[in-house]
Amino acid sequence: MSAANLFAQQAANRRRSGWLVAGFVLFFAWVGFGGDYALYLLTAGAPRGAYHHAVPFIGLLTTLAAGALCYFSWKTGPRRVLLAAGAWEVVTPASPAQQQLLNVVEEMAIAAGLPRPTVWVVPDADLNAFATGHDPRHASIAVTEGLLQALDRDELQGVVAHEMSHIQNDDVKLMTLLAGMLGAVALLSDAMGRFLRSGGRVGGGSSGGGGRNGGKGGNPLAAVVLVLWLFTLLMAPVISRLLAMAVSRKREFLADATGAQLSRHPEALARALEKLDAAAAPTRSITQGAAHLCIVDPAERKVSDREGLVGDVFASHPPIRQRVARLKAMAFQQAKRDGSGLPA
Amino acid sequence: MLTVLFFVVLAAIALWGVGAYNSLIGLRNQVQNGWTQIDVQLKRRHDLIPNLVSTVKGAMDYERGTMEAVISARAKAMSVQGVKATAEAEGQLTQALGKLFALMENYPDLKATSNVRQLQEELTSTENRIGFSRQHYNDVATEYNTKQQQFPVNLVAGIARATPADLWVIVDDGERAVPKVDLGSRSPGA
Repeated sequence: MSAANLFAQQAANRRRSGWLVAGFVLFFAWVGFGGDYALYLLTAGAPRGAYHHAVPFIGLLTTLAAGALCYFSWKTGPRRVLLAAGAWEVVTPASPAQQQLLNVVEEMAIAAGLPRPTVWVVPDADLNAFATGHDPRHASIAVTEGLLQALDRDELQGVVAHEMSHIQNDDVKLMTLLAGMLGAVALLSDAMGRFLRSGGRVGGGSSGGGGRNGGKGGNPLAAVVLVLWLFTLLMAPVISRLLAMAVSRKREFLADATGAQLSRHPEALARALEKLDAAAAPTRSITQGAAHLCIVDPAERKVSDREGLVGDVFASHPPIRQRVARLKAMAFQQAKRDGSGLPA
Repeated sequence: MLTVLFFVVLAAIALWGVGAYNSLIGLRNQVQNGWTQIDVQLKRRHDLIPNLVSTVKGAMDYERGTMEAVISARAKAMSVQGVKATAEAEGQLTQALGKLFALMENYPDLKATSNVRQLQEELTSTENRIGFSRQHYNDVATEYNTKQQQFPVNLVAGIARATPADLWVIVDDGERAVPKVDLGSRSPGA
């Protein structure tokens, strides 16, 4: 890829990361302080001596917790993803296949002009691969054992080139941020649910009190805020997951294309994708939380095979057939340019 | 008022000049680093060749000419300096090696030994690394060359002592394509 194009991609990803963090902070502010506001409105009309919600402690607490969670997951995210998948690092290769993997990663790092990322193997018979890390100079590539066995050298190179371009484009940073936030949102939503259930009795009591002197109370604004607040809390995990998938889908096409430019062999990646698609078994070692990192969806290939609206909204990856078709078109263009006939 | 404006414009031009100068220097360092990377990989290739020759010598005694061509091409490639001469000498070495690899296809027993398999993986990887580092070098060198020739950066290029970097051009077509193995003219094991 030309350097200007690469810088544009990196800049776009930095912008996306920025928006993501901003949206995340706003979301937490709303969840925290919105709850406070609703409680404040509800208790404002309460009689003297009853509880008045004046200090926005929910907001302060969630903001603090979100900040801490984000920082923690940013710092430990890549390592946790690798460990959760049960991956181990290849330091000194124990077999020819591992030697080949190290060599291929080194080659692609050279093509990208980057230091070699650390190389990890996931003990899983299914075919999959992912990249993770903080920035292009601190990243890791992991492949499954099944992948090492099933692919030949060129196909492995295609897959590694795809992962390498995720690293080069700064996708790994965006994805690490996203994964951390997904976790934080899920945790927050869960914690708030518990808090509401346990605090429900207190709330019921006070609203009963409000009902008794209902003539001047019964604040409609409070009800609206409360409903909106509960709605966002319930929808947050779903929305954040959809967001992650949308981001991931876009990045996959691009990583295919830039990966092909790194390896100059789009046809090999197309062949590898076909093999990955044919091995339809789910990658059990890789949890759904890391799905958006993988080269093909580790869970259900079925959703990502569906085109149209369902696939557009619910899949973390574009349909493999579509990716293969695009890569083959690139291979055809390349063959035409080189004048060396059609690829075998 | 006019003097203030004058100085503001002057400061803006100076700032821009510093930026352009620094970006040229940065690119030049990238080009140099790219070349160093190629050099590292070429050295790796030169180190592997004696190993390869001594491993296959016993089994491939009939191909003495091909092996000697590899050895002499290596010696020449190690002695030359500069981008153009290196590109040419290494191109010849690539061709000689390609011939040797093609002939090795005729010795299935030899290829089956783990030592040779390992060596071949190392050599394949080395060839790829040379290719990819060349690709990377050409990319950054092209960017450097384009930048220093474009207006208005070319006004600063003289101060930064930027001169166009030589690209590693692939000289002949034999090197560009994967060598085709002609098995028809030679019986296996001969």
